[in-house]
Amino acid sequence: MRNSRRIKILAPCGILGYGYPRESFLNGMAQKPDAIVVDAGSTDAGPHKLGAGTAIVSRHACKKDLSLMITEGAKAGIPVIIGSAGGSGGKVHVEWTWDIIREILEENGLEEMRTGILWADIPKAVVRERMREGKVFPLGAAVRELTEKRLEETTGIVAQMGHEPVVEALRQGYRLIICGRAYDPSPFAAVAIYHGLPAAYGYHAGKILECAALCAVPGTTKDCMLGEIWEEGFRIMPLSKERRCTSLSVAAHTFYEKDHPYILHGPGTVLNLENCSFEELGDGSVAVTGSRIEETEKYYVKLEGARLAAYRTFVAAGVRDPIFISRIREIEEAAQRQVEAYYSEIPKESYTIHFMNYGIDAVMGELEPLRDELPHEVGILFEVLADSQETADTVCGSLRSSLLHYGYEGRKATAGNLAFPFAPSDVSFGAVYEFSVYHLMEVKDGQEMFPLEDVTIRQQPDAVREDGRRTKPGERKAAEPKGEV
Amino acid sequence: MAKRKLYDLAKVLRSKNSGPFSITLDALFSDREVYEAIRDSGLITRERIAGLYGITQDAITQLVFFDAALGFKITFDRKISSGTCMDSDVYGAQQHAPLGELEIEI
Repeated sequence: MRNSRRIKILAPCGILGYGYPRESFLNGMAQKPDAIVVDAGSTDAGPHKLGAGTAIVSRHACKKDLSLMITEGAKAGIPVIIGSAGGSGGKVHVEWTWDIIREILEENGLEEMRTGILWADIPKAVVRERMREGKVFPLGAAVRELTEKRLEETTGIVAQMGHEPVVEALRQGYRLIICGRAYDPSPFAAVAIYHGLPAAYGYHAGKILECAALCAVPGTTKDCMLGEIWEEGFRIMPLSKERRCTSLSVAAHTFYEKDHPYILHGPGTVLNLENCSFEELGDGSVAVTGSRIEETEKYYVKLEGARLAAYRTFVAAGVRDPIFISRIREIEEAAQRQVEAYYSEIPKESYTIHFMNYGIDAVMGELEPLRDELPHEVGILFEVLADSQETADTVCGSLRSSLLHYGYEGRKATAGNLAFPFAPSDVSFGAVYEFSVYHLMEVKDGQEMFPLEDVTIRQQPDAVREDGRRTKPGERKAAEPKGEV
Repeated sequence: MAKRKLYDLAKVLRSKNSGPFSITLDALFSDREVYEAIRDSGLITRERIAGLYGITQDAITQLVFFDAALGFKITFDRKISSGTCMDSDVYGAQQHAPLGELEIEI
């Protein structure tokens, strides 16, 4: 039977904590949305946040964004869903987010708001077992093989959830759903699927809404967007008078940070947008039809994990001397050799010296076609990557003094080779991580890896749940997450 | 007919990570005629892109034109993954300039 429902999803901002105008948000609430959904995650900023267990945004930024969403969501009686909590969606990131949310709930007398956490941590034992069964594959030729050793060195592993766990949490009546790592569009798609609407439109709309107003003109992640989804299509509508969507801006958005312009692989699905139509409705909104989705034969989730790769110390300095610049690479190499010779007792394989010459080829490295054109000024960022912070500090300090005073042939500026912008010049940076796990893992289904935990602060004493059981105050539904961190 | 740079013809010309292990280049146009001229010119090939970026052709995992969005996309493997030792562009957001230097008769 045809589903005649039309649902609306309010997307406040592109990353939780980036901020959004209150006015746009309230414009969205006036449209009586069926859910507020926000994506908090990204691997954009590199592996450090996942590996070190830190957040993308400050606590203050996250709390400011969440406060309005949660209080308004509670007032309207609609679900509020957070994808990839804390940025990387691992246990510590989710706990960081939950700590902020608990504070908001307590400050606003919302302790009875039905709150669930969907954990996305994958125990190493599970990954190890599936590796032995041949069910773990690197995601692309550039990803290194996952050996037992590299798995052991990985600090923690998360998997991107699909819509299934979120749909289940909605079915169980949760009003506040905190997801660990999720495929960015999944929490949006879950709302559509929960209401019986097509997954293709849920995921396509979700792919757009997870970046909020980025697909509008002018585009930004810091403004709200409304998505309306129905059986035959969906519509994307800006919530600020300053912005509008065009058929081109919405069509082009599917290009953004994906490897293919219209084929999108997600957990258990492949979305195909090749034959979509985009129609401007004259009010700044754009309607989309023709999105298609197929379930994959086997269900794969994407795993992410990071390991500590090295410790870094670096120095930033400027060079303006024309003779130095004309011989910059040879001088850098000579200074490096001097340091290596002096510290002969430190094994050479325990550290790496790396020069980045800004103004020449630091941004693109070997890919830079113009690396032989020399400018009048160069910024040198040099670093030492070592197996301990102490080695990095020692070698970098020596490299700095060697380069500062290196007596290259033809030198006229004999007082010093480098202009340091800061004192002290050496920055003892700390750990550098790498993505050691970026693999697909075969799972039974979309639910298998993502346990739901009821964390509601104060259970309503006579609340009857959809499964017919009565909850007692403080009762926890699911077991503790099984992730080892 | 005059030679024009792709950077001048495109409305959007950008690079970005597509996951931590690849870089994706997008060129989007506002004019269908310009887009079609570039698509049909044979200028955008794996061979040319590989030469432009000093990479092997098999490192290019996608090279696709998408008519609905008036654009094309090229994705290639990173030599060093995002944000680890020896990477120079964590977001991969500044790797588009060589593509923009391509010239086309239009």
